[in-house]
This record gives sequence, structure tokens and C-alpha cells, in this order.
Amino acid sequence: MHLRRVVATRYAKRAVLIALAAAAAGACGDARGAPALKVEGGDAARGERAIAAYGCGTCHMIPGIREATGMVGPPLTAFARRTIIAGRMPNTADALVRWIRTPQEVDPGTAMPDLNVTERDAKDIAAYLYTLR
Amino acid sequence: MKRRGGIGRTCAESLALAALSASCAGAPSIFSSAGSAAHRIGVLGWILTSIAIAVTVIVAAVLLGALVRSRAGQGEEVQRARGGVRWIVIGGVIAPAVILVAAFLFSVLTQSALADSPLRTMPTVQVIGHRWWWEVRYPDAPGQPVVSANELHVVAGRRVRLELTSADVIHSFWVPRLAGKTDLIPGQHNTMWMEADRPGTFWGECAEYCGVQHAHMNLVVVAETPEQHDAWLAAQNAVANAPTDSVAKRGQIVFERAACASCHTVRGSKAQGRIGPDLTHLESRRTIAAGTFPNTRGNLAGWIANAQTLKPGSGMPTIALPAADSRALLAYLETLR
Repeated sequence: MHLRRVVATRYAKRAVLIALAAAAAGACGDARGAPALKVEGGDAARGERAIAAYGCGTCHMIPGIREATGMVGPPLTAFARRTIIAGRMPNTADALVRWIRTPQEVDPGTAMPDLNVTERDAKDIAAYLYTLR
Repeated sequence: MKRRGGIGRTCAESLALAALSASCAGAPSIFSSAGSAAHRIGVLGWILTSIAIAVTVIVAAVLLGALVRSRAGQGEEVQRARGGVRWIVIGGVIAPAVILVAAFLFSVLTQSALADSPLRTMPTVQVIGHRWWWEVRYPDAPGQPVVSANELHVVAGRRVRLELTSADVIHSFWVPRLAGKTDLIPGQHNTMWMEADRPGTFWGECAEYCGVQHAHMNLVVVAETPEQHDAWLAAQNAVANAPTDSVAKRGQIVFERAACASCHTVRGSKAQGRIGPDLTHLESRRTIAAGTFPNTRGNLAGWIANAQTLKPGSGMPTIALPAADSRALLAYLETLR
């Protein structure tokens, strides 16, 4: 009886540890520890098409989009792990959507032109960029 | 890292082209012809393909039959007794000779039908191949001749005579849904005719390897109603309006002072360069860089900012401009409607 109880306790402890570890990993969202960035109402698949339609790729290298080989602006690799966007704002969904829509308002004089991106398209583009880890 | 599956990646890759040819209904295939010349070529293509399939199937069936029979133990002597020589004479000599001669005659008839057309009575469009874009001229247009690039406008249901030549190396003009290929040869003027039987846009490309950017030498044929065509010609005939907006005005100064004007013409301005495409009505075109990108604001911005990373080797240089100048230039180019 005694031995059985010891074994049972050991298994229970292990189970708790595994559960804790899983919860911790889940909270981080990513094995690398980057916070999970999400765009409310953003559709990454639509965003991929929107990126091609607006022509973001002639200035930016964007992983996953073959024609996006531009070397004018920064490459958008691992975008979900960036902490600062546009050289000045924290990388949050709201800031990113604002930057995509009105770069000249956020940073007057920047080389990135306003492309009259709609709110929905900007959210979708942001959602796609946040798939790049 | 590789989260995106094979299918997703393939979809993404085809996106830019899909966006470009979205308006070009139907794949650029000889089997979906949209004009009388292409229709004849399509019929010939189907016949030759059918013959090839039939021959392959018959030969494979006979071969399989032979293998099965010899496995069944019927030896060499049996085969000889059943007339192997006759099989060889009929199947190996007579049948191929008949099929090849028939296919050849049909090809010749098709070719002569395509050539036999009173070219002189048709309106002419001159197409000049450049590495790597198409110069398109309409010498018959009322007023001054219209010059454009990478887009060829025709009247649906009306034959047009194409006069083809090249400014540098040999190119080949091919709009699969409308007509066969014809080479553009420096120092020589080849002619052909083409007809689209209905309004629409049709994808064309260079069909003769002409250098590193051969794959980015595409054009769009726009077939329209006579009224639309006349309106288009009149609009193309006009010189560019001087910009009124202050940013665009500044852009025009950048265009004329930076290297742009030494290669590009904007009719009605000081820019009279003759090396690159005429940009007088750039914004009316569907694509930029010879069908490489859809003509959107974003693509145009990237193209003028760093063309050499997008189409390495093309005649368009990468010129680093201050951000304000490139945005002004973009604003100016957008006034060229």
C-alpha cells in the first residue's frame, strides 16, 4: 500500500509539472518566447492577396510572397518578432494598421507612400505579417 | 520556420501573375483561341495532338500484345509465320509516311491561309522589340502618330496588320489566343495579321529567348469596340497635361532634372528621351515594366525607387533619390493619364 501511494504521488507530481510547462508554453504563444500578436478581424489569407494587389513587394522583401523582392524599404522577415515598427512605434496591431494606412501622417516625409489602403485590407495585411515569425 | 505548405506557396507565387492576367480572360493557350488566325492554329494543334495520342496508344497496345504473346510461350517461328514483315512495312513505313505527309500538308494549308490576306487594306500597328519591352506605334492614327508601350489596342472583329522589327536582338511576338508567333528581327520588317473576335484583353509574350529578362517581356492586347478604340486613340494622341498640384509640379522638375527625361518622352514636356518607353499616358496602361507588375501606385513607387532589384539587367537604372523627390515623382507620374 505504502509503495503504491509513493508511486501514485510521483506520477501526480509529474503530471502537474507537465501541465504547468504546457501552460507556460501556451502563454508565450511561441517556443521562442515572442508574444502572440493578433489583429482583430484580420484575415491573413486575404492579406496575402492584398499585399500582391497593392504592390508592397516592389519595396519590401516579404517571406512567402515570391514577387515581393523589393530592396527599397526594410525586409519584413520575422515581422511578428519585431518590437519597433516604422522606427518609432511599438509593434502593436493598431499601430501597424495605422502605419500601413497613413505612413505620411505617422511619419511625415518618410519614403513610404500612402497607398490608400482600406481599413479592412490593412488589417488583413497586418494579420499576414504577424504570421511571419 | 516553414509553416506555409506547398499549395499555399504555389498560390502565393501565382498571385502577381493572376492579378496581372485577371482581366485577361482565359489562359494564354493556343487551345482557347479568340480570333480567326488563332482558331486555325488551334484546329491544327488539336489534330496533331490527337494523331500523336493515337499513335502512342496504338504502338503501346501492339507492344504490350507482343510481350504478352511471347510470354505465353509462342516463340519466334510462330511470329515469323504470322507475317512480321507485313507489320513492319505497314506500321513502320506506310502508316507513318501517310500520317506525316497528311500532317505536313495540313500545316502548309494552315500557314498559307494565315498568310493569304489582303494586308494592305488593314490598319497598321508597328511593334518594335526592345530588351525587354515592346514599343507600339499607330502610324494611321489621326493627327500625330500614337506611341505607347507594352499594350496593343485593336478593334474587336477587325483584322490589323502588324509590322514587326527589333531595335536590338531577335524577339518573337506571340499572343497565343489571337495568332501565331512572328519574329522581330533587327533591320527587317516582318508582317502578320491578327484579329480578336470579341472585346477583351489577351496576354502576349516574347517567344524567342532574348536575354536575362526575356521572361519579363510581356504585353497585353486590348480588343475594344470601334467607339472605344477611337476614344482611346484620341486620348493617346493628346499631349500630357501640365501638372497643377504643387507636389506633382515638383515631381515634373525631378523627372526632367534627374536622369528620367534622358530616356523617356512625355509629349508636351521637355522630356524627349527615346531609349525607354514613352510615358505620356503611363497611367492608362494596365502594367508596368512590360507586364512584370500590375500598374498600381505601390508597384510604380517600388519600380522607380529600385528597378534593378525587380528586373535586373533592364535598361531602367536604380537612381537613389531623396524620399521627398521620389514621392513627388510618383505624384507626377500619376498625372500622366
